[in-house]
Amino acid sequence: MATHLILQKMFRTGFVSEPAPAADLALRTREQHIHADLLGIFGQAVAIRHVDAGSCNGCELEIHALGGAHYNIEGLGVKFVASPRHADLLLVTGPVSRHLEVALKRTYEATPEPKWVVAIGDCGCTGGMFGESYASCGRVANVIPVDVEVPGCPPTPLALLEGILAAVSAGVKTPAAS
Amino acid sequence: MKIGENDWNLEPFGKHLWRGRMETGQLLALARAVKEAGGQLVALWGSDDRHLGDGFGIHGAFLTGSGLAWVSSALPVEAPAYPDLAHIFPQVDRMQRATFDLLGIRASDAVDDRKWLRHTAWAENEFPLRKDFSPLSTLGSPLPEADAYPFLRVDGDGVHEIPVGPIHAGTIEPGHFRFSIIGDRILKLEERLGYTHKGTEKRFEGLDLATGAKLAGRVSGDAHTAFSWAYCMAAESACACRVPDRAAWLRALFLEIERVANHLGDLGYLGNDVALAFGFMQFWRLKEDWLRLSARLFGHRYLFDCIVPGGVATDIDNAGRAELRALGERIAGEVRELKHIYDEHTGLQDRFAHTGIVKPELAARLGLTGLAGRASSQAWDARVQFPCAPYDQLDVAMAVQKSGDVLARAEVRFAEVFESLRLIGQLLARLPDGELRAPCVPAGTPCEGLGWIEGWRGPTIVALRIAADGTLDRVHPHDPSWQNWPLLEVGVLGNIVPDFPLINKSFNLSYSGVDL
Repeated sequence: MATHLILQKMFRTGFVSEPAPAADLALRTREQHIHADLLGIFGQAVAIRHVDAGSCNGCELEIHALGGAHYNIEGLGVKFVASPRHADLLLVTGPVSRHLEVALKRTYEATPEPKWVVAIGDCGCTGGMFGESYASCGRVANVIPVDVEVPGCPPTPLALLEGILAAVSAGVKTPAAS
Repeated sequence: MKIGENDWNLEPFGKHLWRGRMETGQLLALARAVKEAGGQLVALWGSDDRHLGDGFGIHGAFLTGSGLAWVSSALPVEAPAYPDLAHIFPQVDRMQRATFDLLGIRASDAVDDRKWLRHTAWAENEFPLRKDFSPLSTLGSPLPEADAYPFLRVDGDGVHEIPVGPIHAGTIEPGHFRFSIIGDRILKLEERLGYTHKGTEKRFEGLDLATGAKLAGRVSGDAHTAFSWAYCMAAESACACRVPDRAAWLRALFLEIERVANHLGDLGYLGNDVALAFGFMQFWRLKEDWLRLSARLFGHRYLFDCIVPGGVATDIDNAGRAELRALGERIAGEVRELKHIYDEHTGLQDRFAHTGIVKPELAARLGLTGLAGRASSQAWDARVQFPCAPYDQLDVAMAVQKSGDVLARAEVRFAEVFESLRLIGQLLARLPDGELRAPCVPAGTPCEGLGWIEGWRGPTIVALRIAADGTLDRVHPHDPSWQNWPLLEVGVLGNIVPDFPLINKSFNLSYSGVDL
């Protein structure tokens, strides 16, 4: 039976988000800080819709990593959702390819106000190595309004969390001019 | 080099590599001979050679029993064309269409001549990889009217379509899937990719070798090490640079670390896709431990930019070796426990087995490659049959399954995690002393090279030409997903729509790597 093996393994694994080595201890403090802050500002879950607008998939690796036990993001009140209509925040990787320019704009328009956009990765922030070209619009801000930029190639999961917090700390933003 | 009955006049071009130039008619004959001998066409790309006093070029990389044959044919300036190869190797269909979109080089008499990489970023009569196409030429100008993509329609009583994407519901790359279904059964799936086309190949033009290595590593970020190594191997071959032994061994260490990281992540997600969140949490806990150690030892969680032309940019000391060996052993032990749970979990086994089947005969006919190929009896692994240093000293064991379903692809991953962790132990124990880097200097005349690495997804190839001034003239990075995407369309047939995410994840193909 798999059930008792699963229970055994869970029991032996314990809670990995607890601080063990020194480096992780620092991380845990930061997580708790973010947790308290989020609750203070939002008082509810932050729903995130991720949009890959043309990335190399490096940034996506770290978004996946956020979902692991070390970061416990759902415990922090952060949840990834399947539709922009359910989202408070768009987490956008880039560079924005011209082939996704329209899809990204539509996703932004489909997200209800108030909404925040966090552009992540060097490419999302500046266009990165791909820059602007016949095929690339460059940074996310060239296509939709951006509230926070998290550099890195790719940014670490912790940097992503800091970016998400920075966005929701900015308060309710006036609707985009467009 | 003999293939079949004939000698094809190919010259040795490095270890397990052969190089030849021939007329297009001969190219067609070679393709037939390779097919008859049980080989595959693994990559096809074009080049604009007009600035070198020629016309255009078409290039193929054929996998044969004696290694990889890189063959080129010169094409005229006006109406460049070559004979269709997709009727021999169906996997080359999209490569041929992309070559037309980017260069205007046509495969004559091809059955499928629809556009592939081109959507709206450039017009039908523009070809971005031609040297007279400025990378900035259409920037800021209005997008041309979208000419709709002609999907193949399935008609009949009760048949309907589900269009999915380009923006997907999960955290995955963008692409469009057009399902034709009846009830919940998939009658047909047609993929439409090219959304993440960001001009990668054009971007290489004019870069120096070191910057090119960084860009190569970002063709598909999850296969960073495979691409950066293949690129550097190509550049080193072009520049006649010999990589120090220690650097070669460290590169293999990085490649196996990357393989373990990706396989752990996939095994977790495969559990998640059958509602076993426990599997996701366990495997991603192990993956996170693995990534954090890479960051501490080598300065980057995914080892970005650790491989540079001529060698490596980072080393490992004795304490680091001990730490990495210890974590490898712990992970091997834990994965053994988790495999036991996956094996014993009837719900998981029920979902994995007989789902998304690609039978060996079909895999051979359509050129399924890499780990997905090995799950369908396609027993090719460059580390085993055509090992570069240091794999020639490591005796790698190949993982092969024959059932070609989700379960087989999971089993190959399990076996490769254990084997890679064993190899990491060997690499650490026998790591030679010496330099980390040798000079890699372009010759001053146009020169070319090709690198071929068995990445975690499969054979990863980079071919390049360096100009007389030492900058990159043409770089083609080839991800094995080119061959495998069409097999996903086949693997889902007759399955139910809710199993698509599971089947898709079991292949885990790259979008960025083929959209370029």
